[in-house]
Order: sequence, then structure tokens, then C-alpha cells
Amino acid sequence: MSSSTPLLAVDELSVVFHRRGSGETRAVDGVSFSLEEGRVTGLVGESGCGKSVTSLALMGLLPDRGVKVGGSAVMQLPDGEADLLRLSQRRLRDLRGSQMAMIFQDPLSSLNPVVPIGMQVTEILKRHRGMRGVAVRKEAADLLYRVGIPDPTRRLDEYPHQLSGGMRQRALIAMAVACKPRLMIADEPTTALDVTIQAQILELLKDLVTEEGTALLMITHDLGVVAGLCDDINVLYAGRAVETAPREPLFADPTHPYTVGLLGSIPRLDAPRGESLTPVRGSANDNIAWVDGCAFAPRCDHYTMECLQGPPPLVSVEKGDGGDDGGHVHRCVNPIDHAAVADRAVLDSPTVADEDEEERG
Amino acid sequence: MLRFIVRRLLQLIPTLGGLSILLFVWLQRLPGGPEYALLPDDATPEQRAMLRRSLGLDEPLMVQYLAFLRRIAQGDLGTSLQTSRPVLDEFFLRFPATFELGVTAILIAVIIGLPLGYLAARRRGTILDFAAVGGSLLGICTPVFFLAFILKVVFAEGMGWFPSAFRLSPGLTRTDITGFVVLDGVMTREWDVVWDALAHLALPGLALASIPLAVITRMTRASVLEVMEEDYVRTANAKGLHRTTVRTRHVLRNALLPVVTAVGLLTGSLFAGAVLTESVFAFPGIGSFVYIATQERDYPVLTGFILLIATMYVFINLLVDISYSLLDPRVRAQ
Amino acid sequence: MPTTPSSQSPSETEEKTPLHKRKAAKVDRLAELMGDRGDDGHGAGVWREAFGRMRRSPMAISGAIIVVMFLLVALFSPLIAPYSPTSQAWGSEVFPNRNEFVGPRAENWLGLDHLGRDMFSRMVIGARQTLMVGVVATFVGFLFGALLGGVAGGCTVLGGRWGRQVDNVIMRVIDMMLALPSLLLAVTVAALVGPSLTTVMLAVGIAQIPIFARLLRGAMISQGNREYVLAAQAMGVRSHKIALTHILPNSMGPVLVQSTLTLATAIIDAAALSYLGLGNPDANFPEWGTMLSEAQRFLSSAPALAVYPALGIIITALGFTLLGESLREALDPKLRK
Repeated sequence: MSSSTPLLAVDELSVVFHRRGSGETRAVDGVSFSLEEGRVTGLVGESGCGKSVTSLALMGLLPDRGVKVGGSAVMQLPDGEADLLRLSQRRLRDLRGSQMAMIFQDPLSSLNPVVPIGMQVTEILKRHRGMRGVAVRKEAADLLYRVGIPDPTRRLDEYPHQLSGGMRQRALIAMAVACKPRLMIADEPTTALDVTIQAQILELLKDLVTEEGTALLMITHDLGVVAGLCDDINVLYAGRAVETAPREPLFADPTHPYTVGLLGSIPRLDAPRGESLTPVRGSANDNIAWVDGCAFAPRCDHYTMECLQGPPPLVSVEKGDGGDDGGHVHRCVNPIDHAAVADRAVLDSPTVADEDEEERG
Repeated sequence: MLRFIVRRLLQLIPTLGGLSILLFVWLQRLPGGPEYALLPDDATPEQRAMLRRSLGLDEPLMVQYLAFLRRIAQGDLGTSLQTSRPVLDEFFLRFPATFELGVTAILIAVIIGLPLGYLAARRRGTILDFAAVGGSLLGICTPVFFLAFILKVVFAEGMGWFPSAFRLSPGLTRTDITGFVVLDGVMTREWDVVWDALAHLALPGLALASIPLAVITRMTRASVLEVMEEDYVRTANAKGLHRTTVRTRHVLRNALLPVVTAVGLLTGSLFAGAVLTESVFAFPGIGSFVYIATQERDYPVLTGFILLIATMYVFINLLVDISYSLLDPRVRAQ
Repeated sequence: MPTTPSSQSPSETEEKTPLHKRKAAKVDRLAELMGDRGDDGHGAGVWREAFGRMRRSPMAISGAIIVVMFLLVALFSPLIAPYSPTSQAWGSEVFPNRNEFVGPRAENWLGLDHLGRDMFSRMVIGARQTLMVGVVATFVGFLFGALLGGVAGGCTVLGGRWGRQVDNVIMRVIDMMLALPSLLLAVTVAALVGPSLTTVMLAVGIAQIPIFARLLRGAMISQGNREYVLAAQAMGVRSHKIALTHILPNSMGPVLVQSTLTLATAIIDAAALSYLGLGNPDANFPEWGTMLSEAQRFLSSAPALAVYPALGIIITALGFTLLGESLREALDPKLRK
């Protein structure tokens, strides 16, 4: 990991929604990570785990009413550092689009249907780069060309419904990179697209990161995308990071049962014929509050009474060889130790029995 | 665009055709048949038989229907029993008054309803929102003729702020060019006439505007609320655009689309409302005329009125569709 | 095979009892923790959820209070009304031509009308008549509208090419009816049948048919495009069975909401018909619409005579509208935030 200050340091970010009558929902419950320029960081998890809310909170796009945002997100700006969560809306409006940009999931619904593509690109150039007249139209065409839209001058006058899904996402990316932002957030940018188009869009994002040195926060539930693109990965569950690691250790040696479950549920070509997939049981709704214990416990095959004794802390993963953890941390009291899998059954029962004794007493 | 209009016009044929059948059957089914409507109650059976023959009522139904269609196509809607003049002439005579009233009502509804609905949506849950929603519900639930009476009794007869009847004060001289009082007044620069005509339009216009105003306010509010949640508004905010740009270009432009359709659909009920309002203010338009026709069972006027409204409705909605397709590129493409 | 798992199991169960109990304890603890999440979890049906939301909405509560009060007065009106609504017992005290009316007093809470009848009794009995007009008219509109819309919707979704033809014909008729404002449609019907209370109910009801038809058809078509219908078709469930047991019940929400709203419209339209002289010709008859149009004549001298029935109409219509609108809002998935 780089020793310099990260571009964006998110610390204990929490988002609580207050709904009239039905109490509060903790959508994000203490997430910390940092973004470095030129690197891609992944936020991975099922729908409802808080990854999109995290990105909206960073952009300051959550509704003003009924939402409480806690923690800090310090970003290095040209004029010094600032906590994104505490900036005024006016300041945020200046930063959005110029310093940080976002690409959304559904390109069709994310584009205004009654405004030509051209105007949707030029309005951001006019706003942040103060461009006017012919120049702005030329720059917009250049941008579309750069993101791989053929015949860009003609496209400027077309409406979103006249473009294909891939082209729409390219147009959205063109808008995002228009002012060369230093931070880019992509929220499931390929989910709504065909598989072949997905690969092209990911390639485009990767190139932009390499060329411009942008920091990219990639939000996805697709581990394939993560494996191909991300340098660092945060696995989120029920609003908290449960495992954080660079790409290689995470895929080679996942320790949190949830990560293992996610990896186990991807089909692999090199798996033996006839081997069945192992899905993660239940759905993201079947969890408990973190204050009561590990939220994943109800769906976990390895949970013990210990898992229900308050929130498990985030700890470094101990390596068998005693070496550096390489930034690999997890939030589990009962992690999967691949070396010791065989011993698990033996270790498991006594622990449970002990807890049981305490409960009775 | 031309093909679009032609296709929409072709789609009108079955609707208007069906309506003509409905009207024809209705005329046949009138108590005692059409001849009762045309003759005094004490007419002898011989007179009736003669009339039946002269009207072609002894012909087969199909022949009668075709004759009925031919008459309509020639603009012959029959003769009013009240005035013994052709129904169409009576309508033409009174059309400018009703048109002015209708335009006044729609203008009041749009000018107040759009901003009110928009502000209510922006300030959702505030007192303003509550008042706008409550007020429009109250507007929908108040019988139009009662509202007209109240306005007349309070503001015309009580306060004396506005005239209580007619289109113009008696004794006012004006130059008649088109029959549209306000338009003529503006053209001839007779500003006293314009002012007087507007004063006469105010109360009936307000009464007639009550339902369109309520509908437009609620519609705008609902539409703006929906659009504010759209992904593209979030995109616009994520681009850091100024609030005003987001609100006008991205929110309002989309939110107004359904409102345009609603305004078109309201024109039909505006005519029905005119019958109720004009009669209260003795406003000399089609509405007052039809009001008396319902009291007097003046069937040719009633059928003529129904045909008129249906035709107007159909064409106004064609206009709405065309303007909609100009506003929404997605429709244009289809 | 006569191998007896049951004879083996007792010993096995006994042996495993501790583990079994341990598991139960864990499950209980989990259930307890998960039970804490409040009542808006899974399992609650759309309707139950909607009613839950309505309980918290001031709009729905005020609507419900008005409607319940109105229903109570209407149902028990003979018990509440102190006098006969048609008795002109105080006729000698009222002189409309001399603008002499009698206002509220101890024996007549709302005063007397222009013929010396007790206003309070007329209002109370009138509530019942008004309710009847509203309910019958709504029922007529609902019945025929749902029938037309249901057939059209069912045919479109499941009838193939032939079905679309049927739908086309029905929708042309509906469009034609929509081209006339509902009040005018009612006027047409009323003029055809002649003025009477039945006419008003029929006319107002018929005028509501196209709305019900369009709503049900629209809801059925959108339901018909859902995956579960495709799944049922793929499993070989008969078309009419899918329509009746799956699509129709799931499409009734908007139609039921509309019924509540139509009750309000019916009461207002009935008043307008009375005003146009197409209502009940018997002016003795205490129905709010009739009373209101009767009282217009004395609006400047005795405004109360018009204001009472008008307020009755407005408040009742408002009650049904509030209830209907909040029900619609509660059922609308887009507004469920």
C-alpha cells in the first residue's frame, strides 16, 4: 500500500434512515476504506448491503430529510483537504462533476429522455469549465469520441432512446470524465448491459483510470468484475465491511464465511464436472442488527453462540506463516481457516457447549 | 408528422361514427319518438302521421340513419324548439362568449395551478403543500353551480366588486368585428370595453376554473414528485449543475408532459361546467342556451350540443397528442 | 419394507438430546433477535401494509371519520330525525315571498325551510337518500365497467389475436363514452328516461362506466405482462382460470379505490342533475342535491337553506375522496417511501 495520504479516506461512515412511524434503518453501519489515485477499489456485496447508499453519501446525493450521515470522508482537493460529509450543498455542487463524478447503474433511466445527448454533455462543460459557443460542442463531440461513440457529431442531436444500451453508458461515462475528475464512482455500471458490452465498458473504465490517474470506486455485486478490475476489495454485509483485502489474497484465501459463500456461488469453468454450486442461504433480509452480533449469523453455516455476543471487531487476518497481513482484515470471530478446515468439527462443538452452559446459568 | 396526424384522424372515424349511432338511437328512443319533440302536446294523430311522413320517419331505420348522417355532415343539426332557428346558427352566435369564458378558466387554472402544484411538491409536507392538496380536494368536491352562486352572492351582489350577470355592462358601445369581445376591444383599442368584459368574465371564469385548477394542481404536484425521484434527476445533481438548471431543464420539462394531456382531457368537462356556470351568471353563451334546453326538453339543441362537445373533445385531444409528440421525443419516434 | 425407523429413533433421539436442545436454544435466540426488527418485515400482504400506512396518515383518518359519521347518520336516520321530513307543521311561520324565514331555534335545530319543514330532519333523512344515490350509482358503474373492462383486459392478455379484436371493439365503445364528459353523459341518459330518482342513479352510474372499464383493463394488462402469468401459462393452466384466479384478483386494487372516489363524484353529479332539472321531480323528497337546487331560489334571502345541503354534499364528498386518495397513495408502490 502507498504510504502517502490517500485521495479519499472514508472513516466509520454510517447512514441512518429515519422513517416516520417505522423507526430507523441503518443502511451503512461504520464503513471505512481509502481510495488512491490510479487505483480501483471495489465495494462488493448483495443488493441491500449499503454499497449504493455509501456512494450517494460520498457524493452528497442523499435526500436532506430523514437521513443521518455519520463518520468522515476526507478528500484531498486542490485547495487543501475537506470532509465531504460536512461540506455545504453549494460547495458540493461545485465539486460534483468537476472533482468527483458518478456513473449509475441503469443508463436509460439515468439520462433525461427529453433532452438531446449533446446538451446533457455540454451542460456539464458549461457549468464547470465555463466553455461557451462552438467550442463546447466540439469538446462534447471529442468526449463522445474518446469513450468510443462513433459519429459523435450526429449523436449530439439524438435523444437517449435512440442510442443502444452500451452507447448510453458510454455517453454517461463521457459526462463523468468531462472535467477530468480525480475521483470517480461507478455504481454497478455494467449490470444493465449485455455481457459483451460489459467487457467493453470495463475496459474503457480501466483505460481511463490508467490514463488519467483517476481513483475509481467500483460498486458491484459481480465478483467477475471485481477480479478483472479492482486492486483493493471491500466486502460489505448489512452495512459493514466484513472483509477487506487486495485482490490476490482475497480470491486466493478468503476468510470470512460470507466472502467464501460469495466465491462459492460463482460458476467456474475449471470446476470438476457435476460439482454443484454452493449458494449463500437465505436473503439479505435475514439478518440481525450488528449490535446483537454478527449480522450474517442467521445465514452462516459456521456460526456459534459467540457470534451472537455483540458485534465482532475488524481484525487482521493471521497468516499461518506469521508474515505481514498485507492489508487483509476481516470481521469474524470464527473465520474459515483453510488449513484447519479438517479440524473444525472438533473445535466447534465444545465452544457451543460452553456458551450453552452460560446461557442456562 | 403528417402521417401521424392522418393516422390519428382515421382513428377518429369509428369514435365519431359510434357516437352518431348512439345519438340516432337516442333520438329514436325519445319518449313518443322525435315527432313529439317537434309538435305541441295537443297535436292530433293526423298531424303526427303527417309529420312522421314529412320527416321520413316511416322509412326503414337504415335509411333514416343515413339521412341523419347526411344532415349532420351538411351541418344541419335541426331547429331549436325554443327559438325556431337552426341549432348550428344558435351555437355560432353564442360560441365566442363560451370560448372566451373557457379560455379564461383554463388560463386561471394553468397560471395558478402549475406554480402551486410545483411548489407543493418541492415543499412536500409543509403547510403550503397541505393547503394546496386540501384546497384542490375541496375544489373537486364542491358542486360547480353552488360555487358559482356563492361567488355571485358574495362578490357581485354582496361586495359589488364584480358585475353579477351578462358579458358586458348594458349601454356600453363597442365595435363588433369577430364576436370575441376582448379580442375586438384590443383590436379597436376600446380599453373600457376590454376592462368591462374582463370584469364580467372574472367570477364565472373563476367558478368554471375550480375543477381544472384542482386537477392541474394535483397533477403537477404528483408529476413533479415522481420526476424528482427519477434517476436522471440524480444524474443531473451528480453533475453538479445549478439548482435552477436541474429544476427547469430536468424536473419541470419532464413533469409537465402528463399535465399537458390532463389539460386536453379537461376541455370536455369544461363545456359541461359551462352549462352550470353560465346559467348562474346569465352569461349569454352556449352553456346558458343548453341549460334552458335541458329545462325545456329542447332535444335538437341537446343532440347538437353533444355532437359539438364530442367533436371538440376529439379534435382538442388530437392537438394535445400532436403537441405531446413535439414535447416528447420518445413519442415522435414511434 | 418393514424396517422400522420409528423403533430405532427413540434411542437415537435420547442420545442426541443435548445437541437438539442446543440447536433449539440457538434458533430461539436468533428468532428473538430477528423479531426485534419491527413490524414492517416480510409476510404482511399488500393490503395489510397499505392499511398500516393509512393508520398513520392524517388524510386517511379524517376521511374515515367523515365517512363513518355519514354512514352512521344515514343508517340510523329514522331514529335521529325528530320530525317527519315532509311535514309542513310550521308552514304558517314561513313566508318566502316576504323573505320571512325561521332560523335555528330550540325545537328546529337548523331552522325551517321555505315550506315550513324541519331542516334538521330533512338533512338527516337526506343523508340516507344521498347515500343511496351514491351507492347505487357507483354499483351500476362498477358492475358494468368492471364487466366490460374485465372482458377486454382478459381477452387482450390471454385471448391471442381473436381476443385483441374483442378488446378493440370494447375499447372503441369506451373511448366513445369517454369523449363525453360524465355529466353530459348523465344528462343524455336522464333526458332519455325522464326525470326521476332512478334516472339520476342510473345516469350517474352509466357515466362512470368508462373509467371503471379503463382502469380494470389497464390493471389487468399490466398484471398480464408479469412473469407469474407467463409461468402459469407455461404450466398449462387454462386461460380463463388464470384470468379469474390470478389476474383479476391482483387487478382489483385500483378499481376498489376508484369506487370510493366515485361515491364522491356520484353525489356531486347527482346534485348537478338536480340543478339541471333532471333530478327527482318530487321536491318534497329530501335528497341533498334536490334540496340544494330547490334552495338556490332563496340564496340571497335565506342562504342557510342552500348552505346546509351544500355543506353536507361537500363534506361527504370530501370524506370519500380523502379516503379513496389515501388508499390509492397507500397502495401505490411508487409512493411507498
